[in-house]
Amino acid sequence: MSLISIKSKTGPKYWRSLDHLADTPEFREWVHREFPVSASEMLDGKSRRTVLKLMAASFGLAGLTACRRPVEHILPNVAGIEDYIPGAQYYYSTAMPLGGQVTGLLIETHDGRPTKVEGNPGHPSSLGAATAIQQASVLGIYDPDRSSKVLEGGKESSFPKFEAAVKALSLADGSGLRFLSGLVMSPSLSALRAQALAKFPKAKWVEYEPVARDNETAGTTLAFGQPLYPHAQYDKAKVVVALDSDFLGLDSTAPLPTKLFSKRRRVHAEEDVDKINRLYAVESQFSLTGANADHRLRLRGSEIPQFAADLATGLGALPGTLVVVGNGSGDKRTKFLGAMIKDLKSAGTEALVVAGARQPASVHALAYLINQSLGSLGTTITFTKPPAEKVDPNALSGLEAFRALAAEMSSGQVSTLVILGGNPAYTSPADLQFAVALSKVTNSIHLGLEDDETAAAAKWHVPEAHYLESWGDTRARSGVAAIQQPMIDPLYGGRTAAEMVALLIDAKDKKAYDIVKNYWLNQWPGAGKDAAAVKEKTWRESLNAGVIASTKTVENIKASVDAKKVAAAVAAEPKPVAAGVEVGFYPSAAAWDGRFANNGWMQEAPDPITKLTWGNAAMISPATARAQNLTDGDIVTLSRGNVKLEAAVMIQPGHADNAASIALGYGRERCGPVGQDVGFNAYLIRTSDAYWFGQGFTIAPTGKTHKHATTQEHGTIGDQGVNAEHQNGRPVVREATLEEYKKHPKFAEEAQEVPALESIYPQVIYDKGYQWGMSIDLTSCTGCNACVVACQSENNIPVVGKDQVMRGREMHWIRMDRYYTGAEDDPTIVEQPVPCMQCENAPCENVCPVAATTHSPEGLNDMAYNRCVGTRYCLNNCPFKVRHFNFLNFHKHDPDVAGLVHNPDVSVRMRGVMEKCTYCVQRIEEARINAKVDGRRAIKDGEIKTACQQTCPADAIVFGNINDPASRVSALKKQERNYAMLAELDIRPRTTYLAKLRNPNPELQA
Amino acid sequence: MSVVVEQDPALLVVNPRLVPGGQDYHDVTNKISGIIEGEVFKTPMKYWITLSVTGGILVLLGAMLTYLVATGIGVWGNNRPIGWAWDITNFVFWIGIGHAGTLISAILFLFRQKWRTSINRSAEAMTLFAVACAGIFPLFHTGRPWRAYWLFPIWNSDLNLWQNFRSPLIWDVFAVSTYGTVSALFWFTGLIPDLATIRDRATTKVRQWVFGVLALGWRGSARHWRNYEAAYLILAGISTPLVLSVHTIVSFDFAVSVIPGWHTTIFPPYFVAGAIFSGFACVMTLLVIARWSLNLHDLITIKHLENMCKIMLVTGSIVGYAYGTEFFIAWYSGNGYERFTFLNRAFGPYYWAYWTMISCNVLIPQLFWFKRMRTSIPVMFVISITTNIGMWFERFVIIVTSLHRDFLPSSWGYFRPTWVDMCTFTGTIGLFLTLFLLFARFLPMIAMSEVKGVVADEKHKFKGQELVAR
Amino acid sequence: MAVIFPKASDLVLKTIGAVVGLGAVLGIAAYAYYTYPTVIDTGYQPQQPVPYSHKLHAGQLGLDCFYCHATVYKAAFAAVPPTETCMNCHKRVKDRSPRLEVVRQSYASGQPIPWIQIHRLPDYVYFNHEAHLSAGVSCVTCHGRIDQMIEVHQDQPLNMAFCLECHRNPAPNIRPAELVTKLDWVPDRDPAEIGREIIAQKHLEPPTNCSGCHR
Repeated sequence: MSLISIKSKTGPKYWRSLDHLADTPEFREWVHREFPVSASEMLDGKSRRTVLKLMAASFGLAGLTACRRPVEHILPNVAGIEDYIPGAQYYYSTAMPLGGQVTGLLIETHDGRPTKVEGNPGHPSSLGAATAIQQASVLGIYDPDRSSKVLEGGKESSFPKFEAAVKALSLADGSGLRFLSGLVMSPSLSALRAQALAKFPKAKWVEYEPVARDNETAGTTLAFGQPLYPHAQYDKAKVVVALDSDFLGLDSTAPLPTKLFSKRRRVHAEEDVDKINRLYAVESQFSLTGANADHRLRLRGSEIPQFAADLATGLGALPGTLVVVGNGSGDKRTKFLGAMIKDLKSAGTEALVVAGARQPASVHALAYLINQSLGSLGTTITFTKPPAEKVDPNALSGLEAFRALAAEMSSGQVSTLVILGGNPAYTSPADLQFAVALSKVTNSIHLGLEDDETAAAAKWHVPEAHYLESWGDTRARSGVAAIQQPMIDPLYGGRTAAEMVALLIDAKDKKAYDIVKNYWLNQWPGAGKDAAAVKEKTWRESLNAGVIASTKTVENIKASVDAKKVAAAVAAEPKPVAAGVEVGFYPSAAAWDGRFANNGWMQEAPDPITKLTWGNAAMISPATARAQNLTDGDIVTLSRGNVKLEAAVMIQPGHADNAASIALGYGRERCGPVGQDVGFNAYLIRTSDAYWFGQGFTIAPTGKTHKHATTQEHGTIGDQGVNAEHQNGRPVVREATLEEYKKHPKFAEEAQEVPALESIYPQVIYDKGYQWGMSIDLTSCTGCNACVVACQSENNIPVVGKDQVMRGREMHWIRMDRYYTGAEDDPTIVEQPVPCMQCENAPCENVCPVAATTHSPEGLNDMAYNRCVGTRYCLNNCPFKVRHFNFLNFHKHDPDVAGLVHNPDVSVRMRGVMEKCTYCVQRIEEARINAKVDGRRAIKDGEIKTACQQTCPADAIVFGNINDPASRVSALKKQERNYAMLAELDIRPRTTYLAKLRNPNPELQA
Repeated sequence: MSVVVEQDPALLVVNPRLVPGGQDYHDVTNKISGIIEGEVFKTPMKYWITLSVTGGILVLLGAMLTYLVATGIGVWGNNRPIGWAWDITNFVFWIGIGHAGTLISAILFLFRQKWRTSINRSAEAMTLFAVACAGIFPLFHTGRPWRAYWLFPIWNSDLNLWQNFRSPLIWDVFAVSTYGTVSALFWFTGLIPDLATIRDRATTKVRQWVFGVLALGWRGSARHWRNYEAAYLILAGISTPLVLSVHTIVSFDFAVSVIPGWHTTIFPPYFVAGAIFSGFACVMTLLVIARWSLNLHDLITIKHLENMCKIMLVTGSIVGYAYGTEFFIAWYSGNGYERFTFLNRAFGPYYWAYWTMISCNVLIPQLFWFKRMRTSIPVMFVISITTNIGMWFERFVIIVTSLHRDFLPSSWGYFRPTWVDMCTFTGTIGLFLTLFLLFARFLPMIAMSEVKGVVADEKHKFKGQELVAR
Repeated sequence: MAVIFPKASDLVLKTIGAVVGLGAVLGIAAYAYYTYPTVIDTGYQPQQPVPYSHKLHAGQLGLDCFYCHATVYKAAFAAVPPTETCMNCHKRVKDRSPRLEVVRQSYASGQPIPWIQIHRLPDYVYFNHEAHLSAGVSCVTCHGRIDQMIEVHQDQPLNMAFCLECHRNPAPNIRPAELVTKLDWVPDRDPAEIGREIIAQKHLEPPTNCSGCHR
C-alpha cells in the first residue's frame, strides 16, 4: 500500500511534507491516472487534512486496482532527518492534566503519529502506570468530530477574523472581562493569568470543573486554617477506612493511589502475609474501592457524615460518648463501627482514614482529626502547601465562584467572557442556568475541543488543541512540574488556552512553545556566559525525563487540626432527612464529566462494576427496586423541586437502599455521533444545593423501558438459581481469607473438584528456549479496566457500537469479568481479567480446518488472521470464550483519520476473521530481534511487557519466560495460590492466576 | 386393462398386493410416463402456482445469501458465545433429511424389500435435493466464503500450507461431498432404463434428444440389463455404509469438542437414528402429497406408508432413548458442567425448544403403536410434519443451548435469530421444493422398471386367487 | 429412435464426455498457473520516474547498497534514500544531465520523487531487514543481482513458499554478516557449509510458526 510507504518513508515533518506533496503536479497527475472519479475532490484540500484524503486515496487505490497489480509509490523525504528511522517507534514524554491531577506519560509515536499511551515511570503520580482514560486519550486526537473551524455565531469564520475581533474589543480596565477555565495546572498559564489580571485589574478569572476536589481543600482550610494538599500514603497504612472515597477508582484520575495501595496487597513471600493491609469502605454506590474492600458498609451519602462523627466519637477524637444510631447491636452498622474502631486503634500510626471528594468539608476535616488522634497524621497522610500560583488570591476556584460568575452574567455585568476549555453550558448545575446567562454576554469566546453545547451558545468558538498536540506545562499536586510536548502539529489547527490569553493581553510570546519555554528558562537560575547553554540543556533534560528536575516534591509541612472548629462544623452539618429518595452523582468511568463522551474506546469499555457500556443508568438497590417495583431498564422520572430527569434504572446489588446513583457525562445533546444522546444527562437534576448527592427526590415509573448494553448477561435471580453474575459454585475465581490461607495454603488447588483428564496422546513437552507465560494476581487486581483499553489501543481492536454489544459481539481481547458473591442485597465483588490463556493443549487449534491457529514452539497460541476463513469453530470450542469474531466490517464506518491511531505493528483484521490475544506477540518479536541484533544476547526478564502488564496500576499482571526459573513469572507460578482456570480439561493454560486473598476482620467474620 | 380381480380379504390383510388393481406393465408405464408426457401447457394450474410460490422462496434464498456475503455473518443472530446457530442447525437438519433416501433405496434394496420400489426414486431425489440445501450452509457460514475453497485439500505451493486434517470440519468436507456424489450416481443409474422408456415413447424431437442423451444409449439389451443390475447393486453396496458414516462424521463436529453437551460418545448412533427418523418423516410428507396430488393411490399404497410409520416409531424411540441416556450420563459422570448443561436444556432459558423437541420426537410418534394411526393418512401426515419440526429443534437444542451457557458464567449469552436467519432457512425449503416439483413433473417419479418387476412377481404370486375368483 | 441415436453415438457421447472433462482440468490448471505469484510478480519492472541505473552505481562504480539504503541495518524498512543523497554527488557530477532533471527539481522544490515500489509484501507480513542482515542473509537472496540490473525488476516470487523454504533450510543463504552487500561474492567452498558454521555460532533459529511473520 502506498499508505504504508508514505507512513514509513517520511519523517516527523510528515504533515507538512504531505501538504506540499498533495499539491505536486506529479502527484496530481498520478492520482488522476488512478482516480478518474474522485481525484478533484481529493485534492481540493488545503492544510493538514490533505493527509486524510491521501489515506482515502491509498484505500481507494487498493480497491480500484485490485484486479491488477496496483502502482504504489514510495515517497522519501527530500532532505534526510538525523537519527530518524522510518517505521521505528519513538517515545516522547508529556503529561495529562485531568480533574486537578496530573499524570506523566510516555507516548509511543510511529512516523509522527501518536499511537499508544504509556505511564512515565519517572513521574511521581504515574510510576509507569496509566489509567483507562489516559490510554484512550490518544483516540481523542484523531476524533474526526473534533472542532476544526473558528465559528462566529455558529457560522464558519477564520483565525484572522477572530484575531481582528479580539483586537477590536475595548476592555478598558477589564471590569466587564471574565475568564472561565478548568482547574489551571499549568505554571506558565498561571503566570499569564497574573499578567492578564495585572493588565485588567477589574477582571476576574474563575476556575470551575464539575468534578473536582474542592471539598478536600475546604476540609484542610477548616482543619488547619489554610488550604493544603493532603497526600494519603496508602503503602504505609495497615488499616484503611474509606468514607465514601473511591480512591482506587473515580476519586483519582492518576494511577498513584492504586500503585501505592497494591504494594500492601501482594502476598508473594512469607513476610508479605503480615504486611497485607485491610480496607473498610463505607459508601452508597458500589465503587471499585468497595469491590476491593475487605469490609463494605452501604450507607447513603447523606448518612456518612453522621457515621464519620460516630467513628470520631468512638475513637475519642470528638468529645462525648458514642450514641449508637441504628437498631441495636445486631445492626451491621453498629458491629461494623465497633470492629473498625478497635482495628484503627490497634493500627495506630499505621491507620488511615480518608474521605471522598463527594463528602462535605466537615467530613474531610473529621478524617484529618481522626488520623491526628490516631497519631497517623504525617505518616499515613502527609500535607504540602499548594504551589504559589495556586494560592493566587485572584484565582477564584470552585462552585461558589462559578455561581457568582453566573449571577454576574445574568445580571449583565459581564461584557466579555473567555471560556478556556470545558463545556460549562452542559456541565453547570441546573439551577445556575448557565446557558441562559451566557446568552446575556455580548462577547462570549469559547475555546474548546468540540463544537459542543457551549460552543453553540457562545458568540465565538475557537478550536482547542488536544493535549497531545500542544506545548504546555503542568504541576502535579506533589509539586513536580512536567513539560507537555506535542507529538504532532495540531491536526485541526487548534490553539491552547495559553495562546488565547497571550493573544487577548497581547503578550510578548504568542506561540505556545515560546510561552512555555521562556517561562521555564526564566525560572532556572543561570549566570555567566554559558547560562543560555546550561538552560537549554536543562530544557532538553526536562523534555527527555518528562519531569523538571528542579521542581522537587514539596516538603511536607507539620500541621495540627483545630478540633474545636471541626467539632463545630460537624455539629452544623444538616442531619439526613428520611423522606424521599437520595440521588447521588459520580463521574462516569468512561465519559468522566462528559468530555470523553465522543471517545469510542471509553464508551465501549464496560463500567468496572455494572458492566454497562454505551450509557449510564440510575443505579438502585434490589430492595429499593422491590419497594418501587421496578426492574432493569424501567424508565423512571427522578424529580425534586423544579428539576426532573427521565432515566432508566439498573438494579445494583449492594447499593444503599432508598437511594439512587447516576453517572455524569452522558446524554450529550451536541456532540460527535459517538456520544450524541447516549445515556441520560444527570446534570439536569444536579443543582448547587444537591451537588454530589441530594435528598428528597421522588422516583416515579413512566412505563417506558430502555435496553442496557451490558457485557455480562444480566441473568435474573430465580432463573433456576443460576445467574451469570454469580459463579454458580464453579471454581472460576478462587478466593480465601488470610486465616483460611494460613490454614490451607493450597486452597486454590483444592478448589478444583474434578481430577484433570488424561490425554491418550503423548504430550508435547515445551522445555526449549523461551516459553512465554503470564501470571495474574487477583489479590492486587482492582478491576480498573486500564488493561482492557491498553490492549484495545495496542492491538487495533475495533469499537463495535451499542447495538453490537447488545448482541454480544464486543471485541475486547482482555475481558474484565465481574462476579458477585454472597447475598443479593449486600454482596461482595470479585474482578478477574481474562485474556487468552494460550493453552498448551488448545482446544481451538485442533478444530480449525485451515490451520489458521497453531501452536508456536514458544507456547503461544498463534493466530494467522490472513489464513482464517471464519468457521467460528475455534470460538465454540474455546472454554474461556476469549476468541473474538469480526461479525461485520467494524472498520467500515471509520473515517480515514481513525486509521492513524492504528499500531502499524499489528494487522487490522478484516470482516469474517477470528482474532484474539497473543501476548502482544509484536512486542515479543521486536524484543527478540533487538536481542539478536545487539550481540545475540538472550531476552532479559522484564524486557518484554505486554500492553496490559505495562499499564496495570496494581502491577497485577506479570509476563515472562516460564522456562527460566529465575524469572518473576516462574517465581509467581511457584506460589501456592497459583491455579489455572478449568485445569481439569487438561488444556494446560499458560496464563494462570494467583488466587484472591481477603483480609477480613475476624470480629466481623462471625 | 385386464380383468378386475376380487381378492381373498383374509389374504389381503396378511399381505396385500403392492401393485393392486391387477395393472400390467402398460398401465404402470402409462400412469407414470403420462405425468411427464402431458403437454407442458396442459399441466394443471395448481402445479404452476405451487412452482411459482416455491420459486419465489428460492429467489429469497438468493437474496439472503447475497446480502450475507456482502455484509458479513453479523446479519445473522450468531454471537459470542454462540458461534454456530441456525446455520449449522440447518446444515445438520438437511443432511439428516437426506438419509432416508439412501437408506430406502440402498438398504431396502439389499434386503430385497419389494415395497420400496414405488418410493425409492422420489426418496433418492429427495436425498440429492436435501444434500444440495445442506451444502449451502458449511459454505456460507464461513466469515469469508470467497476463501472457503481453502477447506478443500488443494496443494497450495504458493503458501506451502496444508489443511488441518485433525479438524472434523475437514472430515465433513470429505463425508458430505462423497455422499453427494454417490447419491447422485445411484439416483441417475436407477433412472436410466426409465429415461430410455420415455425416450422411446417420445413424440417430439426435443424430448427425443433430451431423454436420448440422458438415457446414455440404453437399449435394454440383456447385456445392458446385466451391467445395470451389477452397477446398481455395487452403488447400493457403497451407499449403505455412507448412510452410517455421513451422520457419524457430522456428529463428530460436536462429539470431538470440549463443550459440555457436545463432548459425548453417544452422538454417532444417536445422530444416525435421528437422521433416519427425520428422513423418513420427510419422505412421508412428500409421498402423501404426491399420492394425493398426482393420484398415485395404486402405486403408493397404505402398505408402503404403514411400513414407514413403523420405522419412524422405531427410530423415534431410539432417539428418545438417546435423550434419556444423555441425561443419565450427565448425572452419572458427576461432572458439574455436564449436569448443569442438561438441567439448563430442560429448565433454562431455552426450555421451550427442549420440550418442543421431546414432544415432537418422542411422545407424538408413540401414536404409531396403534394400527389405526399407522393407516390414517391425515394422522401420519401431521406426525411426519411434527417430526420434522422436532428434529430441527433437536439440532437447535444441541447446538445453541449447549453453547449459550458453557464453562464461564461471565461469557454466557443468548441467541435471537434475525429475519435473515429465518429467510435463509425458508429459502432452502424453497430450493428443496422447487427442485422436487421440477423433478416430479419432468422425470419419472416412480421407478417404472422396478415396479414392473413387482408386477411380474405378483402376477405369479396371486395367480391362484384369480382362479378362485373365476 | 435409432435415427437419432445409432449405436455409434455411444462413442460420440463418451468422446464428448472425455473432452469436456479434460478441458475442465486443463482450464483450472491454466488459471492456477497464470494467477500464481511466481508468474505475475516475478519480473515486475515498472518504469521509474528517474532512469537510475543500479548497474552503473552499485555495479561499475561499486557503491555499497548501504550508502543509499541506509536504514537496512537498523530498521525493518530499507528506506529509499532522500533526494539529498543523490545530490551529494550530483551537485558536481552530471549536474546538467537532463536525465537528472526530476531529481534537481525535487531538491529545489522539496517535493519527494515518486519512486514506484517493486518489492512488495502484503500488509499482514512483517519482514525485518535488520534481523535478516544481522543474521547474514545477503540482499542477493531476495533481490537478485541488483548490481547487474539497469532497471530493477523483481527477481524472486517473494511468496510464503519462498520465505519458508529458506526459513526451513537457511544454511545455503547464510554468509558472514560483513559480506551481505557483496552481491558478487563467490564462496571458496560449499556455501551451505559456511552457513551451517555461522548458524551454529550465532544460534540462528529462523521461525517457521505463524507469528514469526504474521501479527
